[in-house]
Amino acid sequence: MEKTEYKLLKGNEVIAIAAIRCGCDGYFGYPITPQSEVMETLMELKPWETTGMVVLQAESEVASINMLYGGAATGKKVFTSSSSPGISLMAEGLTYLAGAELPCLVVNVVRGGPGLGTIQPAQSDYFQATKGGGHGDYRLIVLAPASVQEMNDFVDLGFELAFKYRNPVMILSDGMIGQMMEKVRLSPEKPRLTNAEIEERYGSWTVVGKPSTRERHIATSLELDSAKQEKFNQKLVAKYAEVTKNETRYEKIMCEDAEYLIVAYGSSARISQKTVELAREKGIKLGLLRPITLYPYPTEAIREILPQLKSVLAVEMSTGQMVEDVRLAVNGKIPVEHYGRAGGMIPSPEEVLDAVENLIWRK
Amino acid sequence: MKEEIIIAGFGGQGVLSMGKILAYSGIMQDQEVTWMPSYGPEMRGGTANVTVILSDDRISSPIVNNFDTAIILNQQSLDKFENAVKPDGILIYDPNGITHPPTRKDIKIYTVEAAEEAARMKNAKAFNMIVLGGFLKVKPIVKMDNVIAGLKKSLPERHHHLIPMNEQAITRGMEIIKEEN
Repeated sequence: MEKTEYKLLKGNEVIAIAAIRCGCDGYFGYPITPQSEVMETLMELKPWETTGMVVLQAESEVASINMLYGGAATGKKVFTSSSSPGISLMAEGLTYLAGAELPCLVVNVVRGGPGLGTIQPAQSDYFQATKGGGHGDYRLIVLAPASVQEMNDFVDLGFELAFKYRNPVMILSDGMIGQMMEKVRLSPEKPRLTNAEIEERYGSWTVVGKPSTRERHIATSLELDSAKQEKFNQKLVAKYAEVTKNETRYEKIMCEDAEYLIVAYGSSARISQKTVELAREKGIKLGLLRPITLYPYPTEAIREILPQLKSVLAVEMSTGQMVEDVRLAVNGKIPVEHYGRAGGMIPSPEEVLDAVENLIWRK
Repeated sequence: MKEEIIIAGFGGQGVLSMGKILAYSGIMQDQEVTWMPSYGPEMRGGTANVTVILSDDRISSPIVNNFDTAIILNQQSLDKFENAVKPDGILIYDPNGITHPPTRKDIKIYTVEAAEEAARMKNAKAFNMIVLGGFLKVKPIVKMDNVIAGLKKSLPERHHHLIPMNEQAITRGMEIIKEEN
């Protein structure tokens, strides 16, 4: 049997490679630290010479997201990447994409904010990613990779979900996962879909020129009839319920006998996993629940494990955002505390352990 | 086996690429690896450092506070990381440019005069491989065959003719590393 080949790659680099390999049709972006390697890698690999994938540096983030709107409307697999301030610029486009039910993938390699903030890693865009960012009643499907391997895997998964539900998907990463190198097993290569294949799969909604045999398709989020708009809103609600039922993903680490639980995603989950190891050495029964999808959030998974727990600590590189979803899941039954660092500071496993011990002591 | 290493020095000394070669060598022997660089303001001039972890098992945090080994290539990094070495851990440094040498008694301290040796070899680019050689003499965590295989993987093909030079530099580093305490 052939030995699996592993590559040593940065999270940002693997996003680019995975996109080419999964048959992506186009990338439109604008550089910003700490994710500029995504476009750099694409430009270096020149996929337009091999798969025919388009790579374009737009004049701004606003232009990029609207190029995605155009590409997505024709049923093409399109994506962009940026970091926090750039994602804010894309917020309008994202809500239009959600409103027009168009599929696309957006990678946010988060840096500290608010404003221009810092170029160091943070998780302070949780609210923006999971609760909106743009206006109106819409949701993004949000995937939170905790390793370079997951950066690879979630590109293909992200596109699958985007097309399955006709909804924008966001990979919410951060500077740590983006800049770190780990060993990666690349996904098998998939060819780009031909126009005929796109017509066959997505022909019921794509805007590709109207044949005389059907009504025209319009990719729009405008509906001036309130009754119709409400009906559309309810359709979205039903869609999000379906997404929640089918796509909620999480990982439990050392939870079987846990009396205390850390809930953390992405980089913070990696750090907290070390904290669990350190706590176990001290005889503290600590477990980790790692949300992999941030929307839909693994609320039920937290509820299921509650009876065995004394308290919960939400660890995130923000001043307290995801902790609100933990509190909603726990619903006041046991104490929930937050431990966070901000501004690009990364917590150490030891300081998270201190926070856990404080929690136990206070109890 | 699990080894947590910090490599720190000036930008341009080959700190990040030394870490990359070490990480690739780990992959060659089926280990888990992480390579976490400083990419912040430091990268834009000044100090550079990278945390490399090699382990037989899944690696939890790629960021750690304490290291089994610190490989130090300038004074600022020595000031910053001397106290981050675990008790009984190892500190390797190049004395070139060091005005305040390390003073800890509970760790093993080694020097490798890599800058001087690279000058003698008339090849400034051999510097980081000489340091790597010194480290591998003290901590043979990766086999030389795997380092060479790692070099082949991490260098573009057009640079493969440089591999024998790198091997020679690594061997030289192994020869010149000195125990200081």
